[in-house]
Amino acid sequence: MDWQAFALTLRLATTTTAILLVVAVPLAALLVLGRSRWLALLEALAALPLVLPPTVLGFFLLVMLGPRTAIGRGITALLGHPLAFSFTGLVVGSVIYSLPFAVQPLVAGFAAVGPELVDAARLLGASSTRVVFSLLVPLARRSLITAAVLSFLHTVGEFGVVLMLGGDIPGATRTLSIVLYNQVENFDYASANNTAAILLALSVTALAAIYYMRGGRRA
Amino acid sequence: MLELDLNAQRGSFHLQVKCRFDSDWTVIFGHSGAGKSTLLRLLAGLDRNGASNALQGRIALDESTLTDTANGVWLAPGRRRMALVSQHPSLFPHLNVEANVAYGLSAMERSTRAKRVTEMLELVDATELANRRPQDLSGGQAQRVALARALAPAPRLLLLDEPFSALDGTASDALVDRLQIWLRANNVQTVIATHDATDAFATAAEVALLREGQLAAFGPAEDVLEEERERIVGRLGPH
Repeated sequence: MDWQAFALTLRLATTTTAILLVVAVPLAALLVLGRSRWLALLEALAALPLVLPPTVLGFFLLVMLGPRTAIGRGITALLGHPLAFSFTGLVVGSVIYSLPFAVQPLVAGFAAVGPELVDAARLLGASSTRVVFSLLVPLARRSLITAAVLSFLHTVGEFGVVLMLGGDIPGATRTLSIVLYNQVENFDYASANNTAAILLALSVTALAAIYYMRGGRRA
Repeated sequence: MLELDLNAQRGSFHLQVKCRFDSDWTVIFGHSGAGKSTLLRLLAGLDRNGASNALQGRIALDESTLTDTANGVWLAPGRRRMALVSQHPSLFPHLNVEANVAYGLSAMERSTRAKRVTEMLELVDATELANRRPQDLSGGQAQRVALARALAPAPRLLLLDEPFSALDGTASDALVDRLQIWLRANNVQTVIATHDATDAFATAAEVALLREGQLAAFGPAEDVLEEERERIVGRLGPH
């Protein structure tokens, strides 16, 4: 068992999930409460990673963050190293790749809050920020839990983006999915079985936690 | 004084109203689909121009212009000093009654806020409900709490959209009597939309008769609702 890869995978998934919640809550609120016609384009962009092959996304990010673009050169100048093939680069890729898994449950949860409640809050002088944090988030807390768990699991299981953007650097970018791939390539099926079992157990435990915490249908 | 000159399209429904409400208690009377709720939502600033909506016109309350489409003026609902209570109380389900009433008072200092909440709950006779959740309230209790919540931030204009529908006659009359005294004492102008003519007669209100989105008549209840009064008396029979 590669405990270093296990710890790195959990660190990557936790960091990605935390960033995604910070980004996805205001984004989902904007998509639900906003009135601009451009929001359809924004929603499409936020959903794009759902249909885009992970390797394609990984390739675009690799090129964009590399030394051939102004963005890549700017980041390198700022950080002192390129984002590609680093843990930070992996976090950037994971956030983009898992974005729809955080945004879509939140959009569904926020949209289910009655518009008459939003109207009542606005009439009482609530700003958009207050409407989101005093009304939408508490009333859609199950969607928030779903978004967090799906983002975490999706990051734990990602492969294509990680491989394209991060490669296979032990302690920096080698996640459990990469370890599993390496083990299979080396015909080490016993170790591959253990790694796959850990990934499976993580998924089942997290999904069971979602359904336990949601629990509404049995309440 | 509330002044409005509105021309609004909501899907296939067209609303055109031009009038001035000087009285402190005005009833907008109309049957279902006459446009009462649409008018109140426009006054409150809850409906703006959209894909299937169009709005032109002006709304002014006292010296303040709230909406003026010709000059691009549109004040956000929370800045209009208006309160709207509809027949659906829309209480925040995750907050208890006390927190619901305090929601619009976030700018107040804590002790002042608590005092204001107590005062509002006393006004609507709901003091004993302070710690209850909205889902534990009856329809009538929820409507009274919604009223307390709406009045707490001291609005200049109170819009009521059939808000007493869940209260029985006696409870409704008692609340309206108490409310009218408080509103007058606090200089709050009230516009109430209803399809029940007795609301207009009981409160000696100025009445705006709305028919298919148009203002059909405006004046004292005895004049505007004469036809409606005869219809009600006729239904009661000779006894």
